[in-house]
Amino acid sequence: MKNEWPLWEVFIRGQHGMSHRHVGSLHAPDAEMAIKNARDVYTRRNEGVSIWVVEAAHIAASSPSDKGPLYEPSNSKVYRHPTFFDIPEDVGAM
Amino acid sequence: MADKLNKNDALFQFLLRLGDNTLVLGHRVSEWCGHSPVLEEDIALANTALDMIGQTQFWLGLAGEVEGKGRTADNLAFLRDVWDFRNLLLVEQPNGDFGQTMMRQFLFDAWHSIMLGRLMKSSDQRIADIAEKASKEVAYHLERSADTVAGLGDGTEESHAKMQTALDLLWPYIGEMFVGDEVDAEMVKAGVAPDPASLRDEYDALVGRVLADATLTTPDSKFAHKGGKTGMRHSEHLGHILTQMQWLQRAYPGATW
Repeated sequence: MKNEWPLWEVFIRGQHGMSHRHVGSLHAPDAEMAIKNARDVYTRRNEGVSIWVVEAAHIAASSPSDKGPLYEPSNSKVYRHPTFFDIPEDVGAM
Repeated sequence: MADKLNKNDALFQFLLRLGDNTLVLGHRVSEWCGHSPVLEEDIALANTALDMIGQTQFWLGLAGEVEGKGRTADNLAFLRDVWDFRNLLLVEQPNGDFGQTMMRQFLFDAWHSIMLGRLMKSSDQRIADIAEKASKEVAYHLERSADTVAGLGDGTEESHAKMQTALDLLWPYIGEMFVGDEVDAEMVKAGVAPDPASLRDEYDALVGRVLADATLTTPDSKFAHKGGKTGMRHSEHLGHILTQMQWLQRAYPGATW
């Protein structure tokens, strides 16, 4: 395994004004090659206008076993969800 | 040919050279599909091959139009035999290992990008348009192959040795890119294309820079294998490529999807 290139997570901005979205991962020896590989693997059908890559090892992630303490308390607090407002159509996707 | 080469014949030959380069190299690179050392390179090589096949459709399509005998790009690609091909000897050389493939790609991409840059100023608008479209694809091919050559050359002892071997093996095939003949002279006269020799300085500078990054030693021999772009003496490898590439049209003439 020590000959494997590190794993990179790939984020692509589909069009101007939108956020970068996680599209998948790939292996590459360095950041520059990761962007090139992302170009070839994930944008060959004209999907993007901008690519971010980050080495997967550098992502700090929450632990699935913490699911309860992290998320459940918000379930019962319906007043935190802004579902009581009518959103004007002109606002678009939120 | 030399006796009565008119401008139209010369233009036809010139377009065959461009189209056959990308056709044969595109086919060669496609041979890696499903066999590359890593998935990412496999996809990247397939993309490169497809770009080149796309460029072939433009060049050979225009060649057929210029010839005026009703031949399409497909006719030219699948129904000619070895002696009618006009590609550089470099592009028909076998893939070898991955490093050798990338070295061949780099040596071709460097020339290709410079050539397309000049063709964008061609007096023939059709050629200028194709060159402009292709040059964007080729700029990326070059970036990728140059990075890979530099990375592997300046990599481990083993990868360095393999890249030096590949360079020594392929170097004698680059001279042909810069040798002009009566076809080229005719193109220069008409303002269609540059004198091949005029690309050499820029090529040497570009390739020299990358090979220095790659810590590779440029062979000092100027010996050049010739005979590909004139069709006089292709290497044995081209026939083998064609048996693969053309077998379907040979076995089932006129077959379509």
